[in-house]
Amino acid sequence: MLQSEFAETRISSGRRIMQRLHIDLPLLFGLIILAGIGMFVLYSASGQDDAMIARQLGRIVLAFVILFAVAQLSPATLSFWSPWIYGIGLLLLIAVLTLGDVGKGAQRWLDVGLFRFQPSEIMKLAVPMMIARFLTDAHLPPNRKRLLFGTILIIIPALLVAKQPDLGTALLIVCAGCFVLFLAGLSWRFITLSIVTITASTPFVWNLLREYQQQRILTLLNPENDPLGTGYHIIQSTIAIGSGGVYGKGWLNGTQSHLNFLPERNTDFIFAVFSEEFGFFGILLLLLIYIFIISRGLIIAAQSQDTYSRLLAGSLSMTFFVYLFVNIGMVSGLLPVVGVPLPLVSYGGTSIVTLMAAFGILMSIQTHRKLLARY
Amino acid sequence: MSRFSSLAIKDHIRESELINKRILISAVGAALLLIILLTRLFQLQIIDEQHYSSLSENNRVSLLPIAPTRGLIYDRQGRLLAQNLPSFTLELVPEHIKDLKQTLATLRELIRISDNELVRFNKQLRRKRRFEGVPLRFRLNDAEVARVAVNQHRLPGVEIHAQLSRHYPLGSLGSHAIGYVGRIDEKELRQIDTSNYSATTHIGKVGVEKSYEQLLHGEVGFQRVETNAQGRILHVLERTLPVPGKNLYLNLDARLQAIAEQGFIEDDGALVAIDPNNGAVLALVSIPTFDPNLFVNGIDHKSYNALSQSTHRPLFNRALRGQYPPGSTLKPFIGLAGVELDEVSQHESINCPGWYMLKNDERRYRDWKREGHHATDLRKAIVESCDVYFYDLSLALSINRLHEYLTSFGLGSLTGIDIRGELPGLMPSRAWKRRTYNQPWFPGETLITGIGQGFSLTTPLQLASITATLSQLGQRYQPQILHAIQESGTEALHIQTAVPTGNVPIAKIAHWHTMIDIMEDVVHSLHGTARGISHNLAYRIAGKTGTAQVFGIKEDEEYVAEDLVKKLRDHALFIGFAPAQKPRIAVSVIVENGGSGGAIAAPIARKVMDYYLLQSEESNHVTK
Repeated sequence: MLQSEFAETRISSGRRIMQRLHIDLPLLFGLIILAGIGMFVLYSASGQDDAMIARQLGRIVLAFVILFAVAQLSPATLSFWSPWIYGIGLLLLIAVLTLGDVGKGAQRWLDVGLFRFQPSEIMKLAVPMMIARFLTDAHLPPNRKRLLFGTILIIIPALLVAKQPDLGTALLIVCAGCFVLFLAGLSWRFITLSIVTITASTPFVWNLLREYQQQRILTLLNPENDPLGTGYHIIQSTIAIGSGGVYGKGWLNGTQSHLNFLPERNTDFIFAVFSEEFGFFGILLLLLIYIFIISRGLIIAAQSQDTYSRLLAGSLSMTFFVYLFVNIGMVSGLLPVVGVPLPLVSYGGTSIVTLMAAFGILMSIQTHRKLLARY
Repeated sequence: MSRFSSLAIKDHIRESELINKRILISAVGAALLLIILLTRLFQLQIIDEQHYSSLSENNRVSLLPIAPTRGLIYDRQGRLLAQNLPSFTLELVPEHIKDLKQTLATLRELIRISDNELVRFNKQLRRKRRFEGVPLRFRLNDAEVARVAVNQHRLPGVEIHAQLSRHYPLGSLGSHAIGYVGRIDEKELRQIDTSNYSATTHIGKVGVEKSYEQLLHGEVGFQRVETNAQGRILHVLERTLPVPGKNLYLNLDARLQAIAEQGFIEDDGALVAIDPNNGAVLALVSIPTFDPNLFVNGIDHKSYNALSQSTHRPLFNRALRGQYPPGSTLKPFIGLAGVELDEVSQHESINCPGWYMLKNDERRYRDWKREGHHATDLRKAIVESCDVYFYDLSLALSINRLHEYLTSFGLGSLTGIDIRGELPGLMPSRAWKRRTYNQPWFPGETLITGIGQGFSLTTPLQLASITATLSQLGQRYQPQILHAIQESGTEALHIQTAVPTGNVPIAKIAHWHTMIDIMEDVVHSLHGTARGISHNLAYRIAGKTGTAQVFGIKEDEEYVAEDLVKKLRDHALFIGFAPAQKPRIAVSVIVENGGSGGAIAAPIARKVMDYYLLQSEESNHVTK
């Protein structure tokens, strides 16, 4: 009895320290494991490129620093700044379209002297923050007018990003915003109506898409149509995944990736490298970690004390799931090729920083709860 | 205040419940989507694993054929006739080239690239596999290789490959016998075993190169290699070495061949020399010759036109395919039939007035000697080549028996020599004439057949072969170019055995000896038509001269060689063997439009015999 009481105090004192540091241990634990696995896979995918690993490690460390920094801000502060961040992000997006650098045929980057960054990444956080803030100004569920305005708040940045063109990020922005609307109690009638509208407007949207975007969707429907052109990505990645089998070919032994058959293997298609080398069991393990992180995020959302935090935490967690689903879906040939990285595993700068900032927000929400609420 | 606050709290709880319900719905939705993903991955990795594994394996591993090294060709003394030399080929890999036009322009500044080569390059470009090089130039010389190598940094995707290329070190010597190789064409592609030729670019086109293609080619080897997506070989997983082709030793003697070819000086013609004891072809000459090296990597249009349009027809193998009237060279064989069938006795004479007439026929069949040979027996008829004697004899024999005996030597049918393309010549018969012209046989046609004119056609190879048969008292052998096969990697020679093809049905040995004795007189007697070559002769030759009419001379016309354009002059022929009593070499010579057999054809035969019997490595075997 005494012993268990003692143990309880020790745990709670440990919790208290974490609380003060604004760190959620389970989430941190999940993220570190995931980032660690990511480094191993990248080491193999990059062909044991130490310099690349060092750069990625640097980015991850920076991302964790940002995570801790964001976690220090209270949800109230985040809520207060939401419109400002959204506004600045919108201006930056316009700036990118008018004077941005062109990288890989798309205008995404803004050169800010020391480094280049993608304002669209900011919007992945700014949009759900803004919508959550906007909806919490009144009672939930939102009325029709607020709903319309909220939709406009989502569509404007999404269109600007899609125009760069960056379909993947635009999709994630729309998802993040829509999740907030959904969690805020969007009526099922409205949801059905939107789905019908979207389906009906598909032909118009199709015409708005750029040729390469149309091509990617066509390719998904029949990759063998053009095995050496756009279908090549999907064919080679499904071969990589399929040939991994139950146990995989072993770390550093993936022939599809090491012999250059797999394109974009460090970035968007790194899941294929993982699947080839670690097989179905490896995938189950990896998905378990993702499920753990997403569940933790949803639990944080459910346990949070104010509506803004609840909406934001829920949206960010679900957006993280969308990352995962879209990336694996596209690499395994279920979805068209849109540039969505495998979160925390794919090589690349800004997306990791944004993701970690999102987890910083989740940690902030979890650790800024008033103790009173626990009883 | 408290009412308001409790309302706010109530409101807050309601909102929280709403949101948490939605969070739960989201979680369930996410779980469903995850199950879809897992189903897809399960399908890929567990249900279809075999399929994708084999696709991945096919991606990674390719089976590359390795071309076997073509067997070498030597002459009977081990002199190299065909070899493989390293040659440099310029290849372009279009996948690695950004601007093909620019690269081609740069290359044309550096090395000579003809328009033909460009055309061929563009043709091949359209039907190649990914990352496969397309050859642009063959046989670069060292300077060109250096020039390209120095500029390599400007020319990504341009590669120089060293490979073995067929080369004939003696050039045009014996080109009609040895033949040449060339790039495999579409027709050949349908006939060959494509897996055995999967790495082979060249194939024998004519001559020994074609006929012994199977022996020379060898067996393809394979290597299983791991390649990356760019097709670059990373490492060899497994290798089955190719089996090189077998080396061939020919019966041909390169120096004998050279002496024979030089003997023709300016004239066109053919010469075949055979070892009568086994049918070994010692020399197979067709003049003019050509340089087979031109054909190996594709002959250019200009050279090809020069060869194919020349009136001298250098590409025409006269020794095998040239069908000439045998003329008087046929007389010893007809004479043999005559004595065998008792139609003449050796010492019986007839009178030759210089012409011959058939009963009920106004036409005079003339002798080449206008004033006639007067009293003529068999010996004189052959030594001085009397036509009238043979008109009479052939009429007595009749076309049926003439045909029977001459074909028993092998005339009118293929000799069966071991290189392809041979033509059978023609020995006419009643049946043949009925078949071909639907006409009866006329007695006059028997007369001119008796002097080797009319319908009769023989190839130089057939003449050499029947001469050899005569020297062997009727024992026939199939002429053979191939002497021995050397298994790859060994010193041992597998010597080809002689192929006897029957006997000529002339039973009495004495008849043969008589004829040989008479033929010796053609060369060695005072009146012999080939007496011109007997000067300082260290051995004895049995021979017979001949002339073959290129166009008919009318009954009353006189044949005056000087008056005729060279093209219309008679072909000069000579057959002979030596040493007469123990024959080691039988020769037939035909000099197109040469005129006199004795003066033009026989000296070439003597040169060949002189070399073979007195100077060559084999000469010490000769017993005089």
